[in-house]
Amino acid sequence: MDITGEYRIPLPREAVFAALNDPDVLGRCIPGCEALEQVDEDEYSADVVAKIGPVKARFQATITVSNLNPPESYTLSGEGRGGAAGFASGSADVSLETVDEDTVLRYTASIRPGGKIAQVGSRLMGGTARKLGAEFFSRFVEVVTPAPLSDERGPAGQEE
Amino acid sequence: MAENGIGASVPRTEDHRFLTGTGSYTDDSNLPHQTYAAFVRSTHAHATVALDTSAAAAAPGVVAVLTGTDLAGDQVGSLICGWVVTGKDGEPHKAPPHPALAADTVRHVGDAMAIVVAESARAARDAAELVKVDYTPLPAVVSMRDALAEGAPQIHAEAPGNLCYDWEIGDRAATDEAFGRARHVARLDLVNNRLIPNAMEPRAAIGDYNPATGDYTLRLTSQNPHIHRLVLAAFVQIAPEHKLHVIAPDVGGGFGSKIFIYQEETAVLWAAGKIGRPVKWTADRSESFVADAHGRDHETHVELALDEGGRFLGLRVETRANMGAYLSTFASCVPSYLYGTLLQGQYTTEAIYCEVKAVFTNTTPVDALRGAGRPEATYLIERIVDQAAHDMGIDPAELRRRNFIPADAFPYPTKVALEYDSGNYGLALDRALELADYNGFAARRAESEAKGRLRGIGLSAYIEACGIAPSQVVGSLGAGVGLWESGGIRFNPTGNVLVYTGSHSHGQGHETTFAQLVSDYLGVPFENIEVVHGDTEKTPFGMGTYGSRSLAVGGSALVKAMDKIIAKGRKIAAFSLEASEEDIEFSGGDFKVAGTDRSMNIAEVAFSAYVPHNYPLDELEPGLEETGFYDPANFTFPAGTHVCEVEVDPETGTTEIVHWVAVDDFGNVINPMIVEGQVHGGVAHGVGQALLEGCAYDADGQLVTGSFMDYTMPRADDLPDLTVETTCTPCPHNPLGVKGCGEAGAIAAPAAVMNAITHALGTGAIDMPATPQAVWRALNQ
Repeated sequence: MDITGEYRIPLPREAVFAALNDPDVLGRCIPGCEALEQVDEDEYSADVVAKIGPVKARFQATITVSNLNPPESYTLSGEGRGGAAGFASGSADVSLETVDEDTVLRYTASIRPGGKIAQVGSRLMGGTARKLGAEFFSRFVEVVTPAPLSDERGPAGQEE
Repeated sequence: MAENGIGASVPRTEDHRFLTGTGSYTDDSNLPHQTYAAFVRSTHAHATVALDTSAAAAAPGVVAVLTGTDLAGDQVGSLICGWVVTGKDGEPHKAPPHPALAADTVRHVGDAMAIVVAESARAARDAAELVKVDYTPLPAVVSMRDALAEGAPQIHAEAPGNLCYDWEIGDRAATDEAFGRARHVARLDLVNNRLIPNAMEPRAAIGDYNPATGDYTLRLTSQNPHIHRLVLAAFVQIAPEHKLHVIAPDVGGGFGSKIFIYQEETAVLWAAGKIGRPVKWTADRSESFVADAHGRDHETHVELALDEGGRFLGLRVETRANMGAYLSTFASCVPSYLYGTLLQGQYTTEAIYCEVKAVFTNTTPVDALRGAGRPEATYLIERIVDQAAHDMGIDPAELRRRNFIPADAFPYPTKVALEYDSGNYGLALDRALELADYNGFAARRAESEAKGRLRGIGLSAYIEACGIAPSQVVGSLGAGVGLWESGGIRFNPTGNVLVYTGSHSHGQGHETTFAQLVSDYLGVPFENIEVVHGDTEKTPFGMGTYGSRSLAVGGSALVKAMDKIIAKGRKIAAFSLEASEEDIEFSGGDFKVAGTDRSMNIAEVAFSAYVPHNYPLDELEPGLEETGFYDPANFTFPAGTHVCEVEVDPETGTTEIVHWVAVDDFGNVINPMIVEGQVHGGVAHGVGQALLEGCAYDADGQLVTGSFMDYTMPRADDLPDLTVETTCTPCPHNPLGVKGCGEAGAIAAPAAVMNAITHALGTGAIDMPATPQAVWRALNQ
């Protein structure tokens, strides 16, 4: 299954690229991430709780970064094992483009689900991936953006 | 006709308990000290595996975690295929080992690897998730084309090229010659879609072991408890037959899927013996999708040769049939002897040749599903006949009529090894066309067109071989069992009757139909008759229910038993009435001395038989109980014509079935209401296949239609009111003259729907399921 997405991040491209390769930032931004560790220069391992349709499971993921071309693009590939819930493997090509003052991130991902996730969740994969992506980048912007002097959004924030 | 006798639409006695929730299904049973099982199943289509069960074994409430290695260590035998098909090369089919728990290699998603037994179902499931499986994925083959390709990954070392068998039937040379004479050749490539059976009650099993006696008991969802016992005893070798008691209580639908001996019930029974406590397993719906044997899944190229008058000269068929990852219990005979032998259809086609490659893939095993081979045969015949009619500009009804085997040609030897016993195909067609107002179709089409809709009408003149089966015939074709049936009649001293049948009811209404038969035949009040089935310790050995066989074979066995009862009753009456046996007449439940008013009711005879105070014991044996075994002389051949009329919305591709006519020849009918219900269910099943149901795997062998979100079952609002009638040419070789009705609808319906749709669309380039998307694409591409 192929999924594409695009996010506009109000930060300069170099900052975005650096943060995307910072395990601490990733650990705080990946939805459901319980642990994330850099095990090698280009390899991470993570424990992530994810819910795809009716299937909720803890996935042990390994992620490899390749094709590094800072600050323009890189490739993520890896797989997550969710035990009885099944597994997913895949890869994503990520590119960053400067548009005005912002950075536009685009990705093309291919995901291959297996087991129960494929059995009952296939048609929900695209929607789930987009939802998780949106959550990730909304936190990402919060985490990476320097704290403002006052919160201009007001106490209610801008929740969807 | 007696009020509750043969021919009466008696309401089904079993329905009260089914409709009030008081039925007793396998899952309703709970045994003292019972444990619960959950299975660890493969999430990969093809992989080698290593299991670490330590965390699961240490989890709360866990009694045991048993793996394929443990199973092999106990020398539990492989699951078997009970019908050996011999290929073109003279070699038997390839039947690789199929362990109840895979030890080191898994071959389809859902393949069971371990059974976790715990104090509760929840604890078992939780612990099953703790079994750590280290998969080393192997390349998977999913499509039959890929499986047969040069250099394809091999699923079993025993089956080179993933080929189970390459089989043929018919006369190739004669068929080639017929095609040489043809004026026209119609051609089609057809896919018979893969189906998931989805019985309402999921499969379930409770294994029990009594250490005091060494006896095993298995309660399960089975269509044939004696076959389960036989296979588990003689082949899997968990316990000998006399130490294994199999009970199939109320069963909520089978459609073939509960014939087979599966991994789960085998493992449950074995586990019960290992831990010395009952072990219960009930499938959840997700398990059913990956672990119940699927149905159909053929790819076929078919050619029909016709002369200038539209007469069928030759039929040539080339089929690939998917077996899935292992050879299931009867998988081999479905795309061969239950398929190729039906390619004569209702027609006088002069030459027929069919070859079938049965193929292993990394998918759930495929086996018999309602109709089993015969729907596949009917589908391709009736589609190619319509294609030929379209090509040659001949009305499809007229083309069929020109080629029907005439009513005076029976018995009719076919070109594909069968002998049709009776039939009148023109009669059913004519009546169906009349009920469908075939002649008024053009006007209805014009009305639809005025609304922007497309309208089509489709025929399906099907035939099936039922009443399975003459043992001598199937034995000569490779069946490992005989296919006779048993029936027993036991009079109690008070005159009521227990009827024992080796067939099994899981929705068919045996308890009513068989009681009607016995009531009519022996003159016992309907309410004094109890039908007993589904228990190997109560009923005589029997072969179970499938292939529309229960009445034709099982009912005939009851007739044999009843004939013995009457013969015995005549002796008793002669003694009691002080008459000679030859002078005793039996009718309406009374034994009467001919020409006198002296008589004895059969209830009085029964009482006398159990209170033989003055019997001359050297001449007359007490008791009134008899058993009959019936082996049919031939198959039965239900046939008929179904007509489907559809309206298609070209904007959305949505198909609505607006009218359905079924005219079926089932021979004599015992209960017309039950027969109509069976036709309704069968048609719904076939409409589901034609419009809605399509099992799909992705390229990695993951089942992506694994829930009701993605696999659509037919519902009441997918069907119109059905017009159902029967014609009758009695079966000449069984004592009841019956043919069987349980599968007819599912056999007839898919071709009727698809012929209606292709008629509406004006193109034959569409496969099942004809979803709105498929129809829209056919219209727009």
